[in-house]
Amino acid sequence: MGEFPLLSLVIWMPIVGGLLVLATSQWPSLNPRPLALAVAVITFLTSLLLYTGFDVSTADMQFPEKASWVPAFNIYYQLGIDGISMPLIILTTFTSVLVILAGWEVIKERPAQYMAAFLIMEGLMNGVFAALDAMLFYVFWEGMLIPMFLIIGIWGGPRRVYATIKFFLYTFLGSVFMLVALIYMHTLSGSFAILDFHVLRLGLTEQVLIFLAFLLAFAVKVPMWPVHTWLPDAHVEAPTGGSVILAAIMLKIGGYGFLRFSLPITPDASHELDWLIIFMSLTAVVYIGFVALVQQDMKKLIAYSSIAHMGFATLGFFLVFTIMDNNAGSSHGSVMAMEGGMVQMVSHGFISAAMFLCVGVLYDRMHSREIADYGGVANTMPVFAAFMMLFAMANAGLPGTSGFVGEFMVILASFKASFWIAFLAATTLILGAAYTLWMVKRVMFGEVANDRVAALQDVNGREIVILGSLVFMVLLIGLWPAPLVEVMQVSIQNLVAHISVSKL
Amino acid sequence: MENIYLTIVLAPLAGALLAGLFGKVIGRSGAHWVTILGVATSFVLSVVVFKYMVIDGNEPFNGPVYTWMVSDGIHMQVGFLVDRLTTLMLLVVTFVSLMVHIYTIGYMSDDPGYQRFFSYIALFTFSMLMLVMSNNFLQLFFGWEAVGLVSYLLIGFWYKRPSAIYANLKAFLVNRVGDFGFLLGIAAIVMYFNTLDYAGVFAAAPAMAGSTMQIFPGSDWSVMTVICILLFIGAMGKSAQVPLHVWLPDSMEGPTPISALIHAATMVTAGIFMVARMSPLFELSETALSFVLVIGSITALFMGFLGLVQNDIKRVIAYSTLSQLGYMTVALGVSAYSVGIFHLMTHAFFKALLFLAAGSVIIAMHHEQDIRKMGGLRKYLPITYWTSLVGSLALIGFPGFAGFFSKDTIIEAVHASHIAGSGFAYVSVLSGVFITALYSFRMFFLVFHTHERFDEHTRAHLHETPAVVTVPLIMLAIPSVVAGYWIDPVVFGDYFGDAIFVSHAHDVVGHLAEEFHGTSAFILHGLTGPAFWLATAGLGTAWFIYTQKPSIAEQLAQRFQLVYRIMLDKYGFDRFNEIFFAGGARGTGWTLWKLGDVLLIDGLLVNGSARLVGWVSGVVRHVQTGYLYHYAFSMIIGLLLLLSWFLWLAPGA
Repeated sequence: MGEFPLLSLVIWMPIVGGLLVLATSQWPSLNPRPLALAVAVITFLTSLLLYTGFDVSTADMQFPEKASWVPAFNIYYQLGIDGISMPLIILTTFTSVLVILAGWEVIKERPAQYMAAFLIMEGLMNGVFAALDAMLFYVFWEGMLIPMFLIIGIWGGPRRVYATIKFFLYTFLGSVFMLVALIYMHTLSGSFAILDFHVLRLGLTEQVLIFLAFLLAFAVKVPMWPVHTWLPDAHVEAPTGGSVILAAIMLKIGGYGFLRFSLPITPDASHELDWLIIFMSLTAVVYIGFVALVQQDMKKLIAYSSIAHMGFATLGFFLVFTIMDNNAGSSHGSVMAMEGGMVQMVSHGFISAAMFLCVGVLYDRMHSREIADYGGVANTMPVFAAFMMLFAMANAGLPGTSGFVGEFMVILASFKASFWIAFLAATTLILGAAYTLWMVKRVMFGEVANDRVAALQDVNGREIVILGSLVFMVLLIGLWPAPLVEVMQVSIQNLVAHISVSKL
Repeated sequence: MENIYLTIVLAPLAGALLAGLFGKVIGRSGAHWVTILGVATSFVLSVVVFKYMVIDGNEPFNGPVYTWMVSDGIHMQVGFLVDRLTTLMLLVVTFVSLMVHIYTIGYMSDDPGYQRFFSYIALFTFSMLMLVMSNNFLQLFFGWEAVGLVSYLLIGFWYKRPSAIYANLKAFLVNRVGDFGFLLGIAAIVMYFNTLDYAGVFAAAPAMAGSTMQIFPGSDWSVMTVICILLFIGAMGKSAQVPLHVWLPDSMEGPTPISALIHAATMVTAGIFMVARMSPLFELSETALSFVLVIGSITALFMGFLGLVQNDIKRVIAYSTLSQLGYMTVALGVSAYSVGIFHLMTHAFFKALLFLAAGSVIIAMHHEQDIRKMGGLRKYLPITYWTSLVGSLALIGFPGFAGFFSKDTIIEAVHASHIAGSGFAYVSVLSGVFITALYSFRMFFLVFHTHERFDEHTRAHLHETPAVVTVPLIMLAIPSVVAGYWIDPVVFGDYFGDAIFVSHAHDVVGHLAEEFHGTSAFILHGLTGPAFWLATAGLGTAWFIYTQKPSIAEQLAQRFQLVYRIMLDKYGFDRFNEIFFAGGARGTGWTLWKLGDVLLIDGLLVNGSARLVGWVSGVVRHVQTGYLYHYAFSMIIGLLLLLSWFLWLAPGA
């Protein structure tokens, strides 16, 4: 397997497949859906080889590929994955299968273009996680936004133009600064290799500026408070599939950026400014938790809940310095914090996908996202109610579901940093349960609220397959997270060791 | 033996999955058969474990089942600790659960959610068994939250009722407040002990006794005190101690069998079990013990008062449960852990009995729960009557019945203790005895004696409930009497061995044991003690007021109107929580959303900068005149600015 370009395959197969699906739109009699599904499934199965062939004992980049791309600027087509990026790639390929299935019946308007956009986006997102050259990364990073703009702009809701422009301006603002930082480091090192940047010696001022440039790019993507307001708008207007990819994968790219760029390239600036990230993360947990409580629109509620949950990921990533400062230089506990953040990202991928798909199931039938339009859905859709209950509990972080694992690890580790950080982080136990279960109560329970609820049909076989596969993942990670933690262990230990050493 | 332990937990889980996922396929009787088979298997195997552990005297088992994960060198495992404390809990949980399963066949017979109900209670049994068999804090928390989940599902079992879905959300959230403390306690343990296993923590705990930590700058807190109080906050949620008790009375919205199983006999005692399990930790902090003691005393006395003014048959018993949980907590507070667990056991039997008997009354009365509309049921429901009498006598601690032994020992233990707060606790538990007898027999007389206060239609259909209902009543009535005689080995003998640790300075039970000369002497001694006279007085008062002169009750309510109002208002806890916490949270949410997100971030920053860009480009547009000399001119200005920067401002200039 070593020589076989597996990573290129999981990047380019969906892109080429997507172009093929796009081409079918020339022949209206052709049904593009089976082809799209086949491409997504084959890509997913191929990506599983990355897991089976993965060596958990090394932090080195695996499945490496390198080819010259723009020799004048020393830009390479360089790929490779470690324990941090591998789970995210599999998350991407898995979720892509689900969104193709989710759009099967609902998307009647230009289905070929719709499916193609998702497949092309899948390949580009895999590229983001696999790229080891900063320019290549940047190309994928910007490229993946284009299909997303199209998905929201074409298949979105009534305010889709406002949402798309807001989304575009926010993310573009962030990435421009990142580009400047990357070019600046290229002028210093003469290379665009991310691993070269990791060992590049930088002064504190330089580090702080680079850190802030990255922060802008990644914080918008995660999104962190206070640059989060594009997310609820984008979610509300996006079609179900768009929301799923947005929540499950795109937000993770921001978190991934912190691990791949900010922390290893600017460890001293991260140390100086970690209070800022911790403050922003805890604000996400507490402030956004309260805001989620009063949302009237189910998608907005879940969008806000996503921001709160991603707060745990960023909190876990940046606890390391406080832990060292408060424990006489010992970083013990920070590996758990960072792993917790990673587990939270993967788990949130599944849970947020599931929550958005559940709302999609209801929206497809009632064409409303307003909580007030529902009530007593459990009477007419008992099977769906069982799914929704399980995912809601996962969203509230119930032990036994994946939602618990990451939060548990981050809270345990944050106690080492400070009692009060743990205290504020643990409020998610109450807030998360409050906003999720209150919504469930108003939507699912009670007497049948109106004739439209009375006419609801329970989930069909296709929907059971989609939701059932997510149940499997949510419970698997919840009951046995060891395999997931194991693949990232060495890479994260290596990262913690790397950033514990000052670059000054 | 390991396979037996595994089977004990997995058998109910298998039943739950079969009934839950294939309920339609296996049908109603299929659902109750698989779940009853599962729980019966667990019960029989628990008896086997009891023989192996207690009668044959084998060593406790402590071992892993599988590794959940390893992170940062901390092994997080699912594993079992089966010692004598666990064994006792296994017996209580599986026995009561089995009785409730059988009873449910009758109680839920015409409910459309039959299979779902059996699936839930079997799932509950699984979760509770995982909780009591755990050998580490992770699995403890798993079981802890899982029983909370099933409790949530079952309180809201009739999900069309607004009151039920209000009550289950409330129960879950209040429990989450407790879990918030509990989880922080576990985090503290991981920080200071670097392990989640009980054994490792207990072994290292004594060395930690003198350590301090800073929560607020400049104030040192004993680490053990902080850990124990945080853990106990979890127990306060689950075991419904003031002020986190508010969910338990409302939980009565669930079907009666689960009120018996979950909200009386097993789940709500999880907090008591947990503290007893953590005795090696709590023994290291007298501050924490005093905290436990005071909270328990307040719950024991003040929740008992509220039982006096309730008219819903299940709510009377619910407040009685709160009060009895307070007694158990008091026992923990004075380091009489074994007594607390003993009362947990006897209470599980007689309180499950009382709830199931109340359920029997409710079925017979066609789902009427108001005791003011009952009366004289004695002759219609003879088995329910006699078993209720046994349960009530056990509850008030009448000599010879199970509750007498456990409650009297708690009172004696408090009397013998010198820990801070024990004086207040003694007054509370002693007054509580009178109150308990008064509300228990108020209900008993109003339901079974006095004149009939229901209509002809109800009377025509009134008859004793079927055997699936009455047999569990009889089966529970037996241990409600005889379990008390087990006091000799369990409390005064060395039944628990190393499972419970009591430091020499706090050993009130050891002190009591010296004066213990057999159960008959204990009963005789009880007859001369104040508790017996208070219980008798309470019983007599109830008899006089409610059967002889009912006008007295009304006069008292009139005379002490303020007190009566406060008690009807449940001291205002619910109203306060509704306004302050629920309303406050919603208000905070609205404010942050509308002020923070919509006005400040979106209005000012995002749309504001968009407007700013619009304005700037409006201005800049005037520069783009199309005249070449204008552009040339601006290039010159730009060049001049750049040059000035290089000359004066750039580094090294």
